[in-house]
Amino acid sequence: MDIPYTVEARPDTGLTNGKIGIWLFLASEVMLFGALFASYILIRTGAQTWPRGDTILNVPLATFNTIVLITSSVTMVMAWASLMRNRFGTFRIYMGATVLLGGVFLVVKYFEYSHKFETGLFPSKNNFLAIYFTLTGLHMLHVIGGMAVNAYFLFPGSKLWKTNPQWFTNRVENSGLFWHFVDLVWIFLFPTLYLL
Amino acid sequence: MTTDHAVDIDKHVRIYISVFVTLMVLTIVTVAISRFHLPIHLAVTVALIVAVIKGSLVACYFMHLISEKKLIYWVLGLTVAFFVVLLALPVLTHSDGFWIRY
Repeated sequence: MDIPYTVEARPDTGLTNGKIGIWLFLASEVMLFGALFASYILIRTGAQTWPRGDTILNVPLATFNTIVLITSSVTMVMAWASLMRNRFGTFRIYMGATVLLGGVFLVVKYFEYSHKFETGLFPSKNNFLAIYFTLTGLHMLHVIGGMAVNAYFLFPGSKLWKTNPQWFTNRVENSGLFWHFVDLVWIFLFPTLYLL
Repeated sequence: MTTDHAVDIDKHVRIYISVFVTLMVLTIVTVAISRFHLPIHLAVTVALIVAVIKGSLVACYFMHLISEKKLIYWVLGLTVAFFVVLLALPVLTHSDGFWIRY
């Protein structure tokens, strides 16, 4: 049986089912990261001393990664806009750039993590590092998940464009909503962990 | 695709570019402010204000929340309410047991 309301909006909600689904999922994601942020606040305010992030972490690398992720958000929304303009070739370029930028983010994170481990800075060392690795690690898993879905739409999933372009456009929009959420979480992680 | 629709998307694309430039500028502002080593309460307030502005731009324009259907606003309204309660819990534990008795 086909999934209903993937192309046309449901009359009572005015939305496709996919869009409602992704927003409900994002709502649960807000609570997941919210719980970790609340833990961070509790641990930090309860601590007698707390290090400034920039004394332990690499701010230039994280700033670079912030720029990378924001740029990937723009390429993602441009990929969707390209489909809306009926330009599939341009979509592939922007979607390819989005996946690539996600990869750049992960490579930078790999260098950051390995430098920490080489210098003996493990999550077990103190609460700051524990919360740093938990939050950035969970965020990194989201980046990997988003990249996997975007890569699917870039290659095998793009066949749908030929048979049902509107459905494909809606799916890319939903995938974009998740990707922007990942960017949004980083926008809060960056100052709270690295700069304060 | 109608001409009106194409013009509408072109307008959106111009907005995306403006938002992108603003986000870049605000990222530089965030890092620059941290160099001043402000007192922690002020530093947290400023950093969060800038982060909220950046987050709102992403949510409103890239995630199209500025022109979304009512049901999505309801879902997000409920999420925000629970999120605030979640963040308020640590604060309550710091009010000398006014809310939470030990």
